[in-house]
Amino acid sequence: MAIESEVLVIGGGLGGLTSALAAAREGADVRLVSYKQSTLRQASGLVDVLGYTPNGDGPLTDPYEAIPSLPESHPYRKVGVQTVRNALSLFDDAVPTYEGEHTDTNALLPTHGGSIKPTARYPAGASAGLASDTRDTLLVGIEEMVDFDAPHVAAHLDATGVPFDVRGETIRFPGDLRADAKVTRYAKLLDTNSEVAVRGRMVPAREALAQRVNPLLEGEERVGFPAILGDDNPGAIRDALGDHLGVDVFEVPMGPPSLPGLRLEDALFSALDEAGASIETGNPVVDFEGEDRIEKVFIEKNGAKIPNSADQYVLATGGFVGKGVESDRDGVYEPVFDCHVPHAADRYDWFEGELFGDHEFARYGVATDDDLRPLDANEHSEFENLRAAGSVLGGYDFAAEKSGSGVSIATGYAAGQRAAQEAR
Amino acid sequence: MSDAETPPETEFDPVAPNTGEEFEPVDVFPDSDDFDLRPGADSCYKCSTCDTNCPVAEVDDDFPGPKFQGPEQWRLKQSDDDHEIDDSVMDCSNCMRCDNACPSGVPLSQMHNTARGEYVSEQMDKLSVEYIRNRILANYRTSAFFASKVPRLANFAMNFGPARWVMEKTLGVTSERDFPAFAKQTFRDWWADRGGQVQSRENAKAARKRRGLPEDADKKVAYFHGCYSNYNTPEVGKAMVRVYEEFGYEVVAPEQKCSGTPMFANGMLDDARRHAETNVSSMSELVDEGYHAIASCTSCSMALRQEYPELFDIDGIDKVAENTFEAVEYLRIHEDLKGEVQAADVDGDLAEEFAYHAPCHSRNQGLDRQAVELFRDLDGAEVEDVGDSCSGISGTYGWKEEKYEKSMEIGEEMFEHMEHAEGETGMTECPTCAMQMEHGSGYEIRHPLELLEAALVE
Repeated sequence: MAIESEVLVIGGGLGGLTSALAAAREGADVRLVSYKQSTLRQASGLVDVLGYTPNGDGPLTDPYEAIPSLPESHPYRKVGVQTVRNALSLFDDAVPTYEGEHTDTNALLPTHGGSIKPTARYPAGASAGLASDTRDTLLVGIEEMVDFDAPHVAAHLDATGVPFDVRGETIRFPGDLRADAKVTRYAKLLDTNSEVAVRGRMVPAREALAQRVNPLLEGEERVGFPAILGDDNPGAIRDALGDHLGVDVFEVPMGPPSLPGLRLEDALFSALDEAGASIETGNPVVDFEGEDRIEKVFIEKNGAKIPNSADQYVLATGGFVGKGVESDRDGVYEPVFDCHVPHAADRYDWFEGELFGDHEFARYGVATDDDLRPLDANEHSEFENLRAAGSVLGGYDFAAEKSGSGVSIATGYAAGQRAAQEAR
Repeated sequence: MSDAETPPETEFDPVAPNTGEEFEPVDVFPDSDDFDLRPGADSCYKCSTCDTNCPVAEVDDDFPGPKFQGPEQWRLKQSDDDHEIDDSVMDCSNCMRCDNACPSGVPLSQMHNTARGEYVSEQMDKLSVEYIRNRILANYRTSAFFASKVPRLANFAMNFGPARWVMEKTLGVTSERDFPAFAKQTFRDWWADRGGQVQSRENAKAARKRRGLPEDADKKVAYFHGCYSNYNTPEVGKAMVRVYEEFGYEVVAPEQKCSGTPMFANGMLDDARRHAETNVSSMSELVDEGYHAIASCTSCSMALRQEYPELFDIDGIDKVAENTFEAVEYLRIHEDLKGEVQAADVDGDLAEEFAYHAPCHSRNQGLDRQAVELFRDLDGAEVEDVGDSCSGISGTYGWKEEKYEKSMEIGEEMFEHMEHAEGETGMTECPTCAMQMEHGSGYEIRHPLELLEAALVE
């Protein structure tokens, strides 16, 4: 016997989650398995579609307009513009706390490095921080959080030519926190609004934080914090701070571990739970049985191989960072099904000399047909019941194009929907 | 040196190695029989995802978190032999959530367990109250063994106010909690009275006949009931036996001791090893005879599957790890459990709405959603997840006087969700999570096997 489902999705990132959600909403019995907890808490939480062309032109105003001109090998060309739109509608429906669906135009968001990122969707908590907004801005850093140096970020933003004045100030977070307090520690204090000690007096955390910032305001109409404003109740925390300060409050998305990423992970997992899917994390898929069709896959738990079988499979295991694509001195490979990954024979051709050069490896991943089935070296589909989604796909450089989330959502949606349709 | 650089001229030619000459491998760590955890430490790329999963770091400003306890401390140790283990390792509750978090496969809990064991054996004062208290708490099985001989007296004495006041003042065991009641009859006494393995074989045969399975089908499991099902909640053990027999499995209940879970958490690795040796020896013999080991407590199954092979080198230990399963998980793999639950209904005592909490130790095993998903389609009962927070008790952690407040602070989120859940009965697989759930909500707490028994066994 085996643990059975109609559609089995392997991978718990944005591609896998969207894929499972699309399949479940299509009515299929879906199971999602992920090696470890979702990697979404390593993501900023911004959802981009396309910020720059492969040639580096941009920032693009309308990402949809640019899709038909992308190279044929690009995943967006496999699924088409309409699928990208449908996929984002599914995302908007599943994650109502996000904004940006009112327009096709990219929004411009400040990053924690002080650069500007073109993005299609963003958490509500970031919306008062839009770089196209002309209101003057105060950025507030926390002394112990070295990842966000507010004066430095403000100076960088200013240098990009933003249409407002921006300043940075650094405060000590109220309460006697340790120097390397975790983002979840700040979030927990603000979520529960627990009392913290300020000069021998106990004050609720939200009020205490506002009191630290208040004297620093010089007429700015909005205040940005690093993204630590709560895990469970971010909206209430922003409102409370805003009321105390008389300004709009926003969060600047941060690097890992990222609370906006964590909140997005929670939102997508609960949408998937509501859609009736089964979810298992903690152990890797290591092997499979089948020739032209995959019959079953095996999850390894401390030496035991647990069989899982399905009619249709989706491979959403990620790229090089997510370990869905691996490399050694002999070549580049996909470790679960050994799907073909096209790459240069000489490994010195995989990269360029310059750090930010146009590296070939950034576009390595499985190649697929228009139905997202991985292709072997002879351009035949590897397995009739396997589709691939997200950054395990090749043919695009998500870091340079700012297209990672969009490709994961669009291909995840397409793969999940088609798998569900075929499973019936 | 990067492999992209041209190496300097040397005698060494990689294409024609110096054949014929003796090759002497270098022994980097001579005379060391310790586990080498450096490769794991080197896999850490410091994303800090583990830290965002740590329930203690979220409330305790003195605790530096799993990334420090694990890979960072290991790096310090490897470059400096005299580097002492930081005493904050005793604040880690051993929930093991960081294992499930790490995208890079760093063996965090193995590092914590190893560091804690070293701290306790080499740095902790063996005459200190903390050591004595921890040793008593870790060896719950010993106390439970004696208490079970006189359950009524024990139940009275263990919750006798003045006695508990003395225990808190002299030993640092919190007087806020009620000790769990000892059963009038242990699981093993029930099992023996019932006719043990012989009776189980009969019952399994009858069930196979009823189900139209071959009478000689090779369906047999060895039950690792653990201490709590034996001494405190024998109804869980009985449910396991009846459910398995219903599916045609013959059950045996081999000789066993504590799984070691409370000992790992207190750094008492020598105690844990002694118990593990008994468990591995009796289970590995049965595995050779075709049995699988089945546990009803997710911390017991975690110990046998993961902590044993990570911490000890005992003959047969890997074989036992590979062949150990949690009770419901095993049936999901080998039977059409989902189908049978869908076709069943529940009435009577267990026709309830349950507020379910997934134990932290179920997470690494991929079992945290099992109960909620399995009982989705069961008529007559509802199982509602009360969220992914830690219950806060973590075995012996919440019993320590100085940890009690933090334990309750961690548990607060679960208590709130239990309060908001429809049901007023709790459910979990873990005995100490059950204690915490009961302590914080006043609800009675049941085990998924009990609901399965009510649904499937006549």
